[in-house]
Amino acid sequence: MELTGIGKTYATGVEALRDVTHAFPAGKLSTLLGPSGCGKTTLLKIIGGLIPATAGEVRVKGKRVDGPGAERAFVFQDFALLPWATVLRNVAFGLELRGVPGEERLEIARKFIGEVGLAGFEASYPHQLSGGMRQRVGLARALAVDADIILMDEPFSSVDEQTRRKFQEDLLDLLRHRRKTVIFVTHSIEEAAYLSDQIVLLSARPGTVSQIIQPNVNRGSKSPDEIRRDKNYLDAVDDIWHVLKRYLG
Amino acid sequence: MRLFGKRIPIGASLLVWCAVWELAGRVGVSSIFPPLSRVVAAGMTILPTEKFHLAVEISLRSFALGMAMAICVGITLGILLARVETLGRILGTWVNVFVSAPISALVPVLMGVLGIGETTVVATVFLFAVFVIILDTEVGIRKADRSLIEMARAFGARNYQVYTKVLVWSALPEMLAGIRLAAIRGVKGVVIGQLLISIIGVGELFELYSKHFLMEEFWALVILVFAFAFLVSESIAYLERRVEYYASAR
Repeated sequence: MELTGIGKTYATGVEALRDVTHAFPAGKLSTLLGPSGCGKTTLLKIIGGLIPATAGEVRVKGKRVDGPGAERAFVFQDFALLPWATVLRNVAFGLELRGVPGEERLEIARKFIGEVGLAGFEASYPHQLSGGMRQRVGLARALAVDADIILMDEPFSSVDEQTRRKFQEDLLDLLRHRRKTVIFVTHSIEEAAYLSDQIVLLSARPGTVSQIIQPNVNRGSKSPDEIRRDKNYLDAVDDIWHVLKRYLG
Repeated sequence: MRLFGKRIPIGASLLVWCAVWELAGRVGVSSIFPPLSRVVAAGMTILPTEKFHLAVEISLRSFALGMAMAICVGITLGILLARVETLGRILGTWVNVFVSAPISALVPVLMGVLGIGETTVVATVFLFAVFVIILDTEVGIRKADRSLIEMARAFGARNYQVYTKVLVWSALPEMLAGIRLAAIRGVKGVVIGQLLISIIGVGELFELYSKHFLMEEFWALVILVFAFAFLVSESIAYLERRVEYYASAR
């Protein structure tokens, strides 16, 4: 998953991104982090093929892409669940669009609903669920289409703090054995340091790659609380803060 | 409503008005208002007549045809107006003009073009109903959550799938509201169309009764038409409430 010289200038003349070049390592979780308005969500949507770049190109496994594709799945900040459909149908929606036959796609959806911890809620409607549970539905939908790359746009920002911590741990758990390439947009320094293998720091507008930080947190055997006291974790938080401080005020 | 601390069912007010009507009729306020009991009796005598059956049949047919056309055309145009920007700009104002325009004024013109018959009534129903469907569908589609469209595209939806899987469902509550209002207007369309033509259907009966001053039959027919309009509107409202429930989280 590579970006070469990505630029985005809106019709209004606002330049959101300039010359973004970066290769995201396969099977790792990378975070896009930067000051607000630096175009990180825009960059993610360009990678997802939802909006066109005005310069540069996106390559997935060496092939240039111009639109959404089956190898990339999206998790949205506002969940984007169909309010008239049950959890089961929402999770199966990506497969439904691809024409996977009914019983087969429901089978797959049930499996992932179980994995994100929502077993028993298959027949519920989104408005009956809490924010955290809705985002789990969004995650299950992205996992169900079995894409290699998962793009997450501030997935926890509409979820309350306590739910978020639990969700972050579950997310790491879910992704650890799947070898998915995850690109994660966040504005939270702690979240980035806690989750990422690699943090891509973007500069203020027009956004461009400012620095790459690898937290090197050894998660293997540690509990979430140990990670949060880990020296490398705390160093990464410090490093990020030093870079971002420059773009403030 | 409460009276002397007791809950009174909503239907009670209807009974009170029925009683007032009956009394006014018996006292003889005006020859236009015969007592309700005699109106009901007259209704009972016209219900089984063949003339009445024929009138109902022809009126229902015109109503159904006109409404079916209005729904097809209205929803299609509404979606186009919302999604094709130039079309919305060109036609949007006209739809707004026609929604509030007195369409009845056009019926004589329709008669000239389509002849004095059922076709004109169907066209009247269509014109009465179609604009409010266009307007409400357009609003519903415009209001559809943009992030749902984006989500569908991200998961590989083709263009037609964005419409069939997201937009139409999103706009369903507004569409149904439009169809309900359109059905009420459609009933007016049948009656006004037939009255102006005055040789077919319920309109012919109205014309006949009022000309011969058969007030009991006249009022019986009025009550039947009112009841029909109310029934149609309530059954669509029932559907609407069910859809609202599913869409309540929008």
